[in-house]
Amino acid sequence: MNTGIDVVQIQRFGALYIAAARLRSMAKWKSIIAAVDIGNPLFYLIAVGVGIGVLVEKGSGTSGTSGIKYIAFIAPALLANSAIAAVMDETVFPTIEGFKWRKLFFAQNATPITGRQIALGVYLSALCRALFSVSIYYVLLLAFNVVDFGPSVLLIVVAVLGGAAFGAIILFAAAIIENHDQFFNILGRLVIMPMFLFSGTFFPLSSMPIYLQPIGWVSPLWHATELGREAAFDYGVSTLMVSVHIIFLSVLVVIGLLLSMRQFERRLAK
Amino acid sequence: MSKPLISVRGLTKVFGDFTAVDGIDFDVAKGESFGLLGPNGAGKSTTMRILAATSTRTSGTVEILDKDPEKFGPLVRAHLGIVPQEDNLDGELTVTENLYIYGRYFGLSKKFIKAKIEELLEFAQLEEKRDVKVQALSGGMKRRLTIARGLVSEPDILLLDEPTTGLDPQARHILWDRLFRLKEQGVTLVLTTHFMDEAEQLCDRLVVMDKGAIMAEGSPQGLIKEYSSKEVLEVRFGSDRNKEVAPQLAQMCERMETLPDRLLMYTEDGEKLLEQIAAAKMHPTTSLVRRSSLEDVFLRLTGRTLIE
Repeated sequence: MNTGIDVVQIQRFGALYIAAARLRSMAKWKSIIAAVDIGNPLFYLIAVGVGIGVLVEKGSGTSGTSGIKYIAFIAPALLANSAIAAVMDETVFPTIEGFKWRKLFFAQNATPITGRQIALGVYLSALCRALFSVSIYYVLLLAFNVVDFGPSVLLIVVAVLGGAAFGAIILFAAAIIENHDQFFNILGRLVIMPMFLFSGTFFPLSSMPIYLQPIGWVSPLWHATELGREAAFDYGVSTLMVSVHIIFLSVLVVIGLLLSMRQFERRLAK
Repeated sequence: MSKPLISVRGLTKVFGDFTAVDGIDFDVAKGESFGLLGPNGAGKSTTMRILAATSTRTSGTVEILDKDPEKFGPLVRAHLGIVPQEDNLDGELTVTENLYIYGRYFGLSKKFIKAKIEELLEFAQLEEKRDVKVQALSGGMKRRLTIARGLVSEPDILLLDEPTTGLDPQARHILWDRLFRLKEQGVTLVLTTHFMDEAEQLCDRLVVMDKGAIMAEGSPQGLIKEYSSKEVLEVRFGSDRNKEVAPQLAQMCERMETLPDRLLMYTEDGEKLLEQIAAAKMHPTTSLVRRSSLEDVFLRLTGRTLIE
């Protein structure tokens, strides 16, 4: 008998063991991750900074964006979106892989590790990846003079919170689906794309017809973007709305995570 | 006699309206090598998942190391080594990385795992593959690594679900040799198999399962003695004639089974029986005298062969 096994310790730190294993797997893809996390922001900053941004400002100055340069106006949304993309990559694929393609979760669950800890571990490692992506993005924003170093550092926290809210729900969705063939199409084209376009990303949500605004209200991206604008530029979001944004995102985190943990446990015990 | 490590009473598992396991009882003692033998769909893997403390049961009681696996899952799993039917190693990681992260799931110290890895690489004969990504290994190597992985925590019981299914004969023999060593070291083994030769080689005691129920229990030799004769004469007359001659041949032996391609005649002396057949002017196209095996036991108990 191995007397070195301390089940209490595993109950406490099991999710971290899973997260550590996930980070080890991510490290195998480090060149690709770095290329995506640096390349993607660069394309946006160049295209919007020297292209669309100039066009917008020629047309209406900064009157539509509360006096903020257009590129700066969309920067918090780009950051939050990059967190969402990172979290999605690191929750959806590992989850489908874990349950279906390579059944890694079943191997992990054959140890003292529980389904709940696996869900939490995957989630935490996805947040690490989001933090990495967003931090690189933020450095590039500084380099391109889009934001000044200072309170704008909060953009990182806010973006990761947005990614966390979205990620908790998407983790649950990925754990439910049995047939993944259509999942990626639906997710990419009918969830991510409209969310990206209609969450006050490229124009204030209030400039859209009222019947389209609910897309923004339920979108973690909009809440994170508004919080980010307020944090970085005193955009004029009321204290009440700041609380609403924070509470909305936090509630998604808690609900999504609880549902995910329960679903992981159930599916592994089948 | 000391208390059994595993004690199962009236274990039942129902999926919808399908009863996968139907009220089975058995015990496994410390140091024993215990087998569940049966065809695909007999309920072996379902039983194994319940023993592995990863699946729930519908009714009955299960005690592993004096604990209910359903209530104390992590605690029970801390003392088990699991070798699943399907390899679920992480193909993107190397051989040593797979062993290392698995050891970490048991909360073992880095120092302990590092030393253990050396021991396990030697056991699994994978020293030269230590830094190779798992996806590049052969099927036999992956199986050996999966077994090594199951041993990283020095478990009290090693559960193996169909350990050699899908392997070529040479890889199977290497694996049997490794498992036999574990048995000699006193590791308690529980394995499922639908190969009677595997059951005969590795199990001290086994239960024969079919359709979720236990049909018989005993040592391989004991079961053969109880349910079969000493020898079997296999004769073929060609697929059309087999049926014609069957009634006449049945008179000449203790018991006979008619398979689509051959007739199995159970007797104490196969050669003598063959002479009798020749004396009766019946000439089989081929004939073979062999000792009875667990396959014959299964055929006797269920009227079917193990591998269909």
